[in-house]
Amino acid sequence: MSENKIKTDEKPLKPAESSGWSALKALVEGFATTAKHLARKPVTESYPEFKRQLPERSRARIVLTRDPDGRERCVACYLCSAVCPVSCISMQSAEQPDGRRYARWFRINFGRCIYCGLCEEACPTSAIQLTPDFENIQRDILTLVFEKKDLLVDGCGKDPSYNFYEHAGVTTDERGKGEHANEAPPVNVKSNLP
Amino acid sequence: MNYLLGLIVLLIKIAVMLGGLLLVASYLVWLERKLLARLQIRLGPNRAGIFGLLQPIADAIKLLTKEEIVPTAADGFIFRLAPAVVAVTAMMMFAVVPLGPDIRLFGRSVPMVITDLNVGLLFVFALSSLGVYGVALGGWASNSKFALLGGIRGAAQMISYELALGLSLVPVVMLAGSFSLTAIVDAQSGVPFIVLQPVSFAIFVISAMAESKRIPFDLPEAENELGAGFHTEYSGMRFGLFFLGEYVHIQVLGALTAVFFLGGWHGPWLPPVVWLMLKIFIVALIMIWIRGTLPRLRYDQLMALGWKVLIPVSLINIVVTGAFIQFAGFS
Repeated sequence: MSENKIKTDEKPLKPAESSGWSALKALVEGFATTAKHLARKPVTESYPEFKRQLPERSRARIVLTRDPDGRERCVACYLCSAVCPVSCISMQSAEQPDGRRYARWFRINFGRCIYCGLCEEACPTSAIQLTPDFENIQRDILTLVFEKKDLLVDGCGKDPSYNFYEHAGVTTDERGKGEHANEAPPVNVKSNLP
Repeated sequence: MNYLLGLIVLLIKIAVMLGGLLLVASYLVWLERKLLARLQIRLGPNRAGIFGLLQPIADAIKLLTKEEIVPTAADGFIFRLAPAVVAVTAMMMFAVVPLGPDIRLFGRSVPMVITDLNVGLLFVFALSSLGVYGVALGGWASNSKFALLGGIRGAAQMISYELALGLSLVPVVMLAGSFSLTAIVDAQSGVPFIVLQPVSFAIFVISAMAESKRIPFDLPEAENELGAGFHTEYSGMRFGLFFLGEYVHIQVLGALTAVFFLGGWHGPWLPPVVWLMLKIFIVALIMIWIRGTLPRLRYDQLMALGWKVLIPVSLINIVVTGAFIQFAGFS
């Protein structure tokens, strides 16, 4: 019997632990524990009556956020749409006269969305973000297709100070070359030739 | 005339018994879910009606209106038959359970039992053996791996524990001197047999729980290994019949424990029927408590417990009881 015993990581039981008395003790302890639970208040939070404050990073309804100065963050780079495992994000990119890119239309089909958060991870401008608001159930599945006007919110979401065009070396009507954060003034390439 | 009257009384008794059984079975489900929830610090059903009291009705409506699927590969006839076998055998066991002493009704003596068979105990065993067919055939006819495994386990487990169950009751029969359940209850008017036969009682309860396939002996339907075991492929009211069978079985188990060991309807102050109900209820509560506490046995542990512990102990118990009756002039 002992030679063909299967090897396990378990510690061998001490004689006191493998005796019949310890088994009986364990049984009694188990029954006592469950009996004690009868007198305890259930820990259940009844959902529709009690709504727990979800962590701010929990993943539910997707929004498009704005810059601190109130302009759309989304630059329609298609990264979210490319990374989306269920292909529920689609958009059409365009450029404003001032040089900023934007999405002409932006559509998320929440009937397909699996709330994985990959779009948020992929977004270079912190535009697309998941919010803790999970209670968006609809009878008609087509009402789950959200257009840009449904997605845009007035606020910066989880990244209150980030402004993409402050950092990106793109010339817009607000900032020219060398005027962005941590950007050196432009160098006249002809001046530093050997 | 007498014959007709007897038939009418019998039919009324059967109707009351069946109605009571089914009603209690449905509310036993509620009680189990509620109590199990409290044992696990949860709330349990509380949406349908106050305290979720309408939950069994909602469940029944759901099960009755659901589509009943018979898998293409299944053996249709046996597949349809198996749930009925489980439910019917469980319910028929109640035919021999005496609810109380004979009562006088319009100058006639009416026994409070559907039929007082002189081989009542053997009848119970016959039906509980037949119940195995429901499980084994249901699992086999589904033509599904998990269902078949569950059915095989069920058959093996129930046949193993049938022996211990039968042997544990031999001392009871020796003490009572009869196979009739009414006579066994009468023999306990002084001292219930749990006092005289604690070993038998323990063996009986353990093997009866194994017979009714409940935690810690729920290997035939082990959810986390076999899907749902022998009733994996069942849906709608056919699944409901398996379910019903299980909960009727709990009542049967409670009633048999009460009749064989707890003195049946005997008890002070309260009417006999109430005493029996109370004993059934207490056994059901303890079974729910056990379900809320113990984990499932492993298959080898199950078999070892049945064959290496319960059967030898019950055999020794029979010999000791026999010796007592022979030499101490007991009974």
